[in-house]
Amino acid sequence: MDNTKAVKHHHEPLVHIVKRDDMPSWKAWLIRIATIVISIFLMGCLSTMLTEKSLFETFEMMFRGVFGRIESGSTVMLWKYLQEIAILLCLALALTPAFKMKFWNCGAEGQALMGGLAAMMCMINLGQTLSYPVLLAVVIITSILAGAVWGLIPAIFKALFNTNETLFTLMMNYIATQIIAYYVYIVGGGSNIIQPVAEGNLPVIGNNRYLINIIIVAVICIFMYIYLKYSKHGYEISVVGESQNTARYIGINVKKVIIRTMVISGALCGVAGMLLVAGTDHSINTNTVGGQGFTAIMVSWLGQFNPFIMVLMTGVICFLRLGASKVADTCMLNASFADIVVGVVILCVVGCEFFIRYSVKFRHSKKEVKE
Amino acid sequence: MKKLLAILLALVMVLSFAACTKTPGTEDESTDADANNSASTELKDVKVGFIFLHDENSTYDKNFIDAAKAACTEMGVEYAQKTQIPESNDCYDAAVELIEVDGCNVIFADSFGHESFLIDAAKKYPDVQFCHATGTQAHTAGLANFHNAFASIYEGRYLAGVAAGLKLNEMIADGKITADKAKMGYVGAFTFAEVISGYTSFYLGAKSVCPSVTMDVKFTGSWYNEQLEKEAAQALINGGCVLISQHADSMGAPTACETAGVPNVSYNGSTVAACPNTFIVSSRINWTPYFKYMIECVQKGEAIATDWTGTIETGSVVLTEVNEAAAAEGTAAKLEEVKGKLLDGTLEVFDASTFTVGGNAVTSYLADVDTDANYEKDTEVIENGVFHESKFRSAPYFDMEIDGITLLDRNYG
Repeated sequence: MDNTKAVKHHHEPLVHIVKRDDMPSWKAWLIRIATIVISIFLMGCLSTMLTEKSLFETFEMMFRGVFGRIESGSTVMLWKYLQEIAILLCLALALTPAFKMKFWNCGAEGQALMGGLAAMMCMINLGQTLSYPVLLAVVIITSILAGAVWGLIPAIFKALFNTNETLFTLMMNYIATQIIAYYVYIVGGGSNIIQPVAEGNLPVIGNNRYLINIIIVAVICIFMYIYLKYSKHGYEISVVGESQNTARYIGINVKKVIIRTMVISGALCGVAGMLLVAGTDHSINTNTVGGQGFTAIMVSWLGQFNPFIMVLMTGVICFLRLGASKVADTCMLNASFADIVVGVVILCVVGCEFFIRYSVKFRHSKKEVKE
Repeated sequence: MKKLLAILLALVMVLSFAACTKTPGTEDESTDADANNSASTELKDVKVGFIFLHDENSTYDKNFIDAAKAACTEMGVEYAQKTQIPESNDCYDAAVELIEVDGCNVIFADSFGHESFLIDAAKKYPDVQFCHATGTQAHTAGLANFHNAFASIYEGRYLAGVAAGLKLNEMIADGKITADKAKMGYVGAFTFAEVISGYTSFYLGAKSVCPSVTMDVKFTGSWYNEQLEKEAAQALINGGCVLISQHADSMGAPTACETAGVPNVSYNGSTVAACPNTFIVSSRINWTPYFKYMIECVQKGEAIATDWTGTIETGSVVLTEVNEAAAAEGTAAKLEEVKGKLLDGTLEVFDASTFTVGGNAVTSYLADVDTDANYEKDTEVIENGVFHESKFRSAPYFDMEIDGITLLDRNYG
């Protein structure tokens, strides 16, 4: 009632949101970093209240969960941290070209699973017949192809029939999960588990089981930066993302760009699946990607489609996840505590992003009264 | 903006003060624990690391989590745990973390699929002992520090079956059903040896007191799906089953029974609180004896058995209290009697003379005891007319489909 009266008098809503362009980038970055630091600090406070440990102890636990006893020269936990970053980053990098084109690929989970499935099938069925180098090449190529095909299907429908790619890719995830479940049933038989396969694994460099994954993702990261920033393809992607009409006007074949970009996106997801199956687990189940395909969406967004900022974002998210799960395990909290911490921090960052891009203006008269 | 910052800072300060003031309490607790430890100084220090597939919301994991706490408190040793560890390389990482960060020297994992990744870790850390429940590979892996464990839960199931058979007899005597209508229903998770061994021993227990009994089995294809388990139990009741038991981890089947007023024999622990009118008895594996054995071995520097099978005698196979409101009269006394026979060896659960397969007596059976990719049947398990379950390895391998039991569906996952 009051509202309608107010509107009658002033013809202006109580609050309105204005896009702001004047924020200098150093200031925006300062706000982002401060948000992350403050939200981590708040989550630290939350866990101290739940666990009756002091803030210092909480952060020490988090540090231990991520880096282990690094001061005594034990780097095994550090490598595990880098491995977590590598897998999440690989998925986020895969999504980025599609996102930049404003093609909302929510199917990283399924595309990675299909890549992993292809790798697994080669390892099981060809493991005994092919020599190692040939087998490895086949594993890599088929998993890339499988991921690419899983990305290609929604792209074709989008390009030709303009179907909704968000729903399409999401549904493709369910299909992939069910295919994996069926495959595990066929191969695993009564036990419902595929025992790890020793053939066709990625090579282990210097007794470090994660180094190969980390190197591969580092290479992809640099490649993606150059591809998006300096290549003609990268330019076409950003034009199609800004405006399809503009793209058409300057002679870009939009359909071709959509399909090509989604093939790359799917192929890189396939690589992530291959890293998980041939490089890490040597087995597969419906939980192999474990929802990271969805976390990767946030990483790509928060990294503003810049591969190097995405490295930092994955670093923060993996730190929180590993650290908070250590706190949860040590203090016998529920394991979901880690998800809560990551969720709250991401929410804070998304919130701060809103205030960086828009400013909230209150009605003038109200403001005058306040002051 | 400044005001907001001031409020935020004030909030942070208050919170951190609140956090700091609580610390003395925790320090007191830790010194208590230290005092307990110093009592056993001549023994080797032990810290156990537990890896659980889910958390205490799953009855399967809760059974392990409770036992872990009980055993470690009783033995006065420290422990650390990691919950929600999937059956992937995450299990290897969890073991590494428990060893490297928490300083554990015994690692235990509770799920079947953890095994291969635990073996990987066992190879990397030869000085640390690794124990694994329900696994099958220890007796062939050839590692001195990797061990399997399970319990002869089929004996517990058999006893629970006896209680079910007595209830059926009572229903026949009261004229509620005729002898040929004595049909039980069983909700199973998957069509695996572990479940088949369980429902077959349950059936044989019932048959030992109620010879006319038959049984229908439905599978849900999941260890924990309340809705599916409820629906399966309901379907069995609608199909004429007058008593239900289950091998799945949710409250689905027991609650369906309580609603329908059908007697239920439970698993993993008592469900009497939720089902006061229909709960008869429940069997479960108590892991505390194994955990204590495992800790003791490491303390004394002795070798842990490669393949350990807990029994009624070790206290690993236990029954809950009989619920007099639902069970037939004299159930508790009869269970004691049968338990005595199982203990002194005069009674064997899988006595081949008590069942037939396809109308024929079974005199020889090859079971898949040694794990291999093709699930090859490799070991003769019938000796002197008895199928020896959990003898050649602790994890169950009885997977025959005997007469009298009808599988309404199959589900391998």
